Amino acid sequence: MLQDKDRIFTNLYADGDWGLKGAMARGDWDGTKDILAKGRDWIIKEIQDSGLRGRGGAGFPTGMKWSFMPKKSDGRPHYLVVNADESEPGTCKDREILRHDPHKLIEGCLIAGFAMGANAAYIYVRGEFYNEASHLELAVQQAYDAKLLGDDACGSGWKFDVFVHRGAGAYICGEETALIESLEGKKGQPRLKPPFPAGVGLYGCPTTVNNVESIAVAPTIIRRGAAWFAGIGRPKNSGTKLFCISGHVNKPCTVEEAMSIPLKELLEKHCGGVRGGWDNLLAVIPGGSSVPALPKSICDTVLMDFDALREHRSGLGTAAVIVMDKSTDIVKAIARLSRFYMHESCGQCTPCREGTGWLYRVMQRMVKGQAELSEIDMLEEVTRQIEGHTICALGDAAAWPVQGLIRNFRPHLEQRIRDYKAAITAQAAE
Amino acid sequence: MSGGKPSVEQPASFVFTPEYLARAQRIIAKYPPGRQASAVLPLLDLAQRQHHNWLPRAAMDYVAGLLDMAPIRVYEVATFYSMFNLAPVGKWFLQVCTTTPCWLRGSDEVMAACERKLGIKGQQDASFLHSADGQFTVREVECLGACVNAPVIQVNDDFYEDLDGPLTEKLIDALRSGQVPPKGSMKGRQHSMPEGGRTSLTEFAAKTGAGED
Repeated sequence: MLQDKDRIFTNLYADGDWGLKGAMARGDWDGTKDILAKGRDWIIKEIQDSGLRGRGGAGFPTGMKWSFMPKKSDGRPHYLVVNADESEPGTCKDREILRHDPHKLIEGCLIAGFAMGANAAYIYVRGEFYNEASHLELAVQQAYDAKLLGDDACGSGWKFDVFVHRGAGAYICGEETALIESLEGKKGQPRLKPPFPAGVGLYGCPTTVNNVESIAVAPTIIRRGAAWFAGIGRPKNSGTKLFCISGHVNKPCTVEEAMSIPLKELLEKHCGGVRGGWDNLLAVIPGGSSVPALPKSICDTVLMDFDALREHRSGLGTAAVIVMDKSTDIVKAIARLSRFYMHESCGQCTPCREGTGWLYRVMQRMVKGQAELSEIDMLEEVTRQIEGHTICALGDAAAWPVQGLIRNFRPHLEQRIRDYKAAITAQAAE
Repeated sequence: MSGGKPSVEQPASFVFTPEYLARAQRIIAKYPPGRQASAVLPLLDLAQRQHHNWLPRAAMDYVAGLLDMAPIRVYEVATFYSMFNLAPVGKWFLQVCTTTPCWLRGSDEVMAACERKLGIKGQQDASFLHSADGQFTVREVECLGACVNAPVIQVNDDFYEDLDGPLTEKLIDALRSGQVPPKGSMKGRQHSMPEGGRTSLTEFAAKTGAGED
């Protein structure tokens, strides 16, 4: 188990002051000027060596992403955009950073922004996080007042501004190009890639979009050294991670743990175990609503990291662990997610706009069992028509939970259909 | 995903008060020259705050004028994002999260408690449910991002967490009597810490006690 001395987010539960004084007492903004003095390439190398993979869901190596930014400006400014549009069902980790440790994020913006030649960062916070955004705005103002940001950030000679921007309720704005569109004042509809944001992003300028947690861990990684971070978890899955565990555990919580922790250990050490005991477990969605649910047989031994979950055809995603015990109607649980994706589809691509509605309507029938057995395969086929046929990954995200249901819980679907038919036949006989 | 159907009754005009206009100008200054359209979401939000938590068409036109945008571009935005209410809502706007993590922890009971207390059952076809006295509006919404504290209701700007049926009734009673409870966990739990005590960060517990939110 991870020890407290290796935890980055020491104010996760607001034990101390979230403002600048408290942050400095926790070690933030310590020697930031010296870090910047080591130069862009050194910072990027350090983040690459740490093995940090993006914490927003896709797990792309963060250092490599930063290195895609042009080395020299062609006259266009560079931008860092921080994705704080935390909306993936199950996920509530960035919320804790925004409201209880905002200076970790702000210092991270300066270091990351400097490393990619940016003089400004925009932090896009989901609109519902009004109080969280308020903390962040106050923290930004504290940083300006202390000259940690501004024309000569931390006395480094580097000009750096941080702006907080609130969204207004749209899951799709968590997709990086939709977020950029939204930040430009438009509907949040994803752009075709290429061009990638590192070439043409915000206002047509080179832009990197990173998740809150990826940026907020960067200063600590640099201060403690890449080797420290890389030494936690399995190779290529390194570091500490905020896990949000919701659903049918005795004590849902957010906790920082080592990557690659066994799922069972995570639930038993921090969440008081599954409601009714481990044997009462039905399924776990290990990484936010978009990834397929796993049956208990896999949960018994699976490790919580990118590669282990991928081997089981699921994913670490945002490390939002949704636990379902045996009392759960899992068909209904997944059908509710289908409704979510139908609601959140931006409407731009036909397979997603129409397909998410199809999925939800067929899933509603599956909940009742009012279907033919052959329709299970038809439903699977519908998901294949959406997956990979859209501009962004929302279509895939809508397809995967249904695919996971069919792959891992098909007997539940079949039983429901048989029960429904039996009930109808019995009724007709009366 | 928008905020419902536009109200039939619309005010003839809308302008920011001097205070809100000053705030709007500070927001516009965050974006590079010529990129003032970026301020459309925050300005529409300001307009909604000034106008009893709903956004009339006149406010959209006014914001379009301020930002030098075609009005249609502003309408597109105002109808795309779910947080803009296009028709009046009650003094207490309750957004009940019913997405899977909240549902697993009992959002059905939370919704049922709202229906019972506010007499809104039977209006199920509409996405905005109004109490008879007009003080409350209830809307079922998608994931609010506080899943380890599920089920959750957002009341205006604040999250009320760790709810069940009785706690929801208590919350509604309190709001009705003007005694707004402190935001956060209705069970008195410290933020997202496991209920009943921490399993990590033990050395930080004693230092300062629970922090202010």
